[in-house]
Amino acid sequence: MHPALAVIFLTLFSGGGFGIMALTAIVNDFQIDGGLNPLQTVVAVILSLVFVSIGMLSSTAHLANPKNAWRAFTRWRTSWLAREGVFAVLYYPFAVLYLGWVFFTGGTHDTAGLILLNLAGVVGLVTIFCQGMIYAVLRTIRQWNTALVPANFYAMGLAIGATVLAAERVIMGAPADTLVGIALALLAASAVMKGIYYFWIARPGGPTIRTAIGFNRSTVRILEQGHTFGTFLTEEFGHTLPKAKARSIKVMMFVCAFVIPIAALMISLATGESAFAWIAVLSVIFGIGVERWLFFVEAQHVVNLYHGRQQC
Amino acid sequence: MRLGLVIDLDTCVGCHACAVACKEWNTSGTTAPLTDYDPYGAKPSGVWFNRIRHFEVGDYPHNKTINFPMSCMHCENAECVTVCPTGASYKRAEDGIVLVDQSKCMGCNYCSWACPYGARELDRVSGTMKKCTLCIDRIYDMEIPEEERQPACVLTCPAHARMFGDVDDPESPVSRAVRDRGGYQLMPELDYNPTNHYLPPRVHAPIPTEELKKKAVRKMKEWVNRVVER
Repeated sequence: MHPALAVIFLTLFSGGGFGIMALTAIVNDFQIDGGLNPLQTVVAVILSLVFVSIGMLSSTAHLANPKNAWRAFTRWRTSWLAREGVFAVLYYPFAVLYLGWVFFTGGTHDTAGLILLNLAGVVGLVTIFCQGMIYAVLRTIRQWNTALVPANFYAMGLAIGATVLAAERVIMGAPADTLVGIALALLAASAVMKGIYYFWIARPGGPTIRTAIGFNRSTVRILEQGHTFGTFLTEEFGHTLPKAKARSIKVMMFVCAFVIPIAALMISLATGESAFAWIAVLSVIFGIGVERWLFFVEAQHVVNLYHGRQQC
Repeated sequence: MRLGLVIDLDTCVGCHACAVACKEWNTSGTTAPLTDYDPYGAKPSGVWFNRIRHFEVGDYPHNKTINFPMSCMHCENAECVTVCPTGASYKRAEDGIVLVDQSKCMGCNYCSWACPYGARELDRVSGTMKKCTLCIDRIYDMEIPEEERQPACVLTCPAHARMFGDVDDPESPVSRAVRDRGGYQLMPELDYNPTNHYLPPRVHAPIPTEELKKKAVRKMKEWVNRVVER
């Protein structure tokens, strides 16, 4: 698949933004590490809103005809993309109302505030699920057509959220022992989830060039693609990554997305150095950005069989 | 009614006339134009509804060239329609033709991801997705003679390798052809249930070439070839 930056940013930033909101809800529900004070809550919710908005705005850059984008909310009965849009928009009123509530009343965990906060958190989590299902429903792409895709989106969205929240607490000088612990656990869980995903997609399967053209009992090779230069199909679906290069990028991704944030968060908690908290946040966002790039570039659409690929 | 195409791989000669006729008709049809990018330059590309690939099946000397035209299969389980968030893609209830409403499409490419057959192509100029309409502006046109109410690709095919008709009607010519010739669908394992079917090449007895009795003229030619050196 063509790794369009707009779609990478959409899933990366909106996933992280919804993760921040869900983690804020958990922390304020259970008053973890004493809960977030009004200032910390306002910062967290604004960060969440900024992340989600970056994702939503960049997604419109992916549209070739954005003047019809408003119609994307209409087919929520069948399309996961429409459902994602509906829930993403539904998230805003709850998040903004909670922001206003905390700003004007200072009550971060009174009943009215918590209702708004938890609704925003839940709607965000539902949106992450819809986002994962956009890819997981496609039977045409073996690497995406698995329940591991929405599961991975959850793990990584929550890991980004927990890392940002823990870093925020460390930077603002508040106690963050449990929060850092949650962030480390979620980062480790995401790394394991991603490992399972890579193990899963490494097994060959799915249609072959034989079933693609229906000569199931013979060897089949392409002689001619039938066009002198590329087409929409080769530009959109033709991307591949050599195995050795993919492996080294994956190692780099695991280091940036999980190892560096875990180490940096632990150091920042032990020393109170806010610089390490910043490193953790930047590294996890960059690393999971690379993970999303790999997610697109490694997806091999079955239409490649008609351009000569033996199996996808 | 379930309208679609049946393509005979036995007689298709791979001339691309169907693709050219399709482009010619549809570039001024309902989803017109079919934009070209850099048509006379070094990297010509553009929107086509119909593309022909060429495959080699089997290993030498038991190999065979298969010319393979592909356009929209107008699937029963048209996932391209299911995933469309705007409602631009739709499947007509009355005849099963899958179409894109150009005034509603936002160009998100999602339907092309859902299509295993590469039937959909984004037009960069209009920003909308375009695809085979089964020449809907021909087949229902009451102003033209009845025998011409067929898709442009079917009318133009010099080898009569393309048939158009109702796959739902068991007595229609297309259904008979599929039944008699063992017509099949592409990638049935994906369960899209495409309407278009492909007829496999007929099994012919091999023409003997080894023990063919050579005619005198041919023998003479071969002798001259041996004797006269260049």
